[in-house]
Amino acid sequence: MLVELMNTRYSLGDLALAEECHQPIDLAGSDLERLLGQLKVMLLIRYAEELIGDMVTNGKIVCPCHLGIGQEAIAVGVSANLRASDRVFGGHRSHSHYLALGGDVGKLMAEVLGKVSGCSRGMGGSMHLYGVEHGFYGSVPIVGGSVPLAVGAALAAKMDLRGDVGVAYFGDGTAEEGVVHESLNLASKFKLPMLFVCENNMFASHMHINLRQPADSVSRYAAAHCVPWEVVDGNDVVAVEKASARLVARSRAGDGPGFLEAVTYRWRGHVGPREDTDVGVNRKGDLASWKKRDPVKRLAEALSASGSLDGKRYAAIQQEIRARVARAWEEAEAAPYPDISALLDWVYAE
Amino acid sequence: MSALAYGDAIRIAFEHLLERHPNVFVIGQGLWSPWYVGNSMTDLDKKFGQERLIDTPVSELACTGAAVGASLCGYRPIVVHPRMDFMLYAMDAMVNQAAKWSHMFGAQSHPALTVRGIVNRGGEQGAQHSQALHSWFAHVPGLRVVMPYSSIDARDLLIASVLCDDPVVYIDDRWLYELEQPDQPIRELRLADEGPKILVEGGDITLVGASYSTHLCMQAAKRLRKEGIDAEVIDLRVINPLDCSVVMESVGKTGRLCVVDGGWSTCGLAGEVIAQVSETLPPAGWRAAPRRLTLPDAPAPTSKPLEQRYYTSVDDIMRTAKAICV
Repeated sequence: MLVELMNTRYSLGDLALAEECHQPIDLAGSDLERLLGQLKVMLLIRYAEELIGDMVTNGKIVCPCHLGIGQEAIAVGVSANLRASDRVFGGHRSHSHYLALGGDVGKLMAEVLGKVSGCSRGMGGSMHLYGVEHGFYGSVPIVGGSVPLAVGAALAAKMDLRGDVGVAYFGDGTAEEGVVHESLNLASKFKLPMLFVCENNMFASHMHINLRQPADSVSRYAAAHCVPWEVVDGNDVVAVEKASARLVARSRAGDGPGFLEAVTYRWRGHVGPREDTDVGVNRKGDLASWKKRDPVKRLAEALSASGSLDGKRYAAIQQEIRARVARAWEEAEAAPYPDISALLDWVYAE
Repeated sequence: MSALAYGDAIRIAFEHLLERHPNVFVIGQGLWSPWYVGNSMTDLDKKFGQERLIDTPVSELACTGAAVGASLCGYRPIVVHPRMDFMLYAMDAMVNQAAKWSHMFGAQSHPALTVRGIVNRGGEQGAQHSQALHSWFAHVPGLRVVMPYSSIDARDLLIASVLCDDPVVYIDDRWLYELEQPDQPIRELRLADEGPKILVEGGDITLVGASYSTHLCMQAAKRLRKEGIDAEVIDLRVINPLDCSVVMESVGKTGRLCVVDGGWSTCGLAGEVIAQVSETLPPAGWRAAPRRLTLPDAPAPTSKPLEQRYYTSVDDIMRTAKAICV
């Protein structure tokens, strides 16, 4: 009885169902020009990751690349509320986090190729991105590894008294790591200016959340630590922006941390460009439905319906961004690798 | 000059750092009631405020990770782990995050934090309250590992650790807290310039230690002298990056080497020192095979006679040194 009650209380409901939420998003009250800008960033992320996926397929990229195609609205919606003095940390699937904050697509391409012009000077590859000038303090592929670091950055922000916030992006799998609970407790007890962003794509590698957790909404962990939370359709950039705006505003005002659970779905497999519908994961039907919940398409259609984006203009935007990504790739390919001396010279600061 | 005790020296280092460097703060369990760290942190919270001496929930990993995060934002945090055993929960923050940060982001960012791990053993505390795991951390490129023996080093190397831009594991030993040495004025050293030092000169055998094992070597050297053996004592001080050139030079002179370590033998610090010297010194330079004295390969026991047998004593060093010198 109690278990049933808990399952109902901590269920994502329709948000988790592939066939729901396919309609264009609700733009009421939003600044349409601003949304057009967000659409462009989402396209940039989409095309950059599609190109990275292609280059993995043809062998030009060797480092492990975890693609977030289908999840673009979350980083873009959250970043709309952030400023360069905030401190954002990511995980293994962080291309979108870096680009949404204003990270340079050329530096991303160079980084996945291990070139010295990369955002981590060619030392990190896809899984270790850095862009502190945009507030991106680093992404690391140890699941949960950067969550307490973001809490520490929030502690520093609290000491700095300038209203900045720490942000940790992580997935539903990370919620199974003990450090997330330590971090939530610490942030809550110390009232730190901190936004936990869980991109719940319902998969940890090949394992569906229903095979890993007794309920599919991870916000219950926020509740357990007295952290205010919101659950949103992660494929609706407006919903993500509004919910994160409320949580970030609280944090900036000194009211402590917030937890955003954004429900989404990744179109590709855990790592690499394949869709992984055939490696022991039976998700073919779901994937087809989820592609109809495409965050890019739903925003474009809503803007089109509002009369602020006609087909011709949208095609021109798409073409321009594709060309930008292609140029970035060409430049990255031509760039040099780090000098061999970096191997030992960059281990220590002094 | 007055005498300075090791435990007081650590407290004085904290005071110096907190007074002179506003970006330093301390975080860890028990800071508002630091009874288990001897006199090394008494009343720091009252003097500098609980915002800078942050006592925490029982969360070694999140607190160490938070210190890494704060260190990326202009602060120089010191994380205190009252026992190294408890610090193992924080391995990810130390080994995967802090140690790698500079390298994997192309030297654009450096976690300038210090993790203080205390070796607190004996007293029948047993397997999980006794460990000296310095060799683990010394194995990891990117971490600096500091093990002071003298009071002056306990103070000045703590200050140097905190002012260093790299992540530092600073390991002190409760068995040294009462040890007194003549005081000297505080010096803000550059940690990267510090390394092994000769404490006693001698031509018959080289004794090498770090932290408490240096203390044992010093006592052994005194007694050996009375028996006509002149031991040279080298205190390693910084065990990562480990610069063994002082040891190599010394063994080049003595031809005999005994390394004493408070950790286990396999893949340990003593073996590393012997390996580095062996790779450099030609076989003809050795007058006897090098030896190491370490813990037996077993967890720390609680029973009194077992515990007495477990830890290396000055007598053990005497026996080994004399055997080498025969």
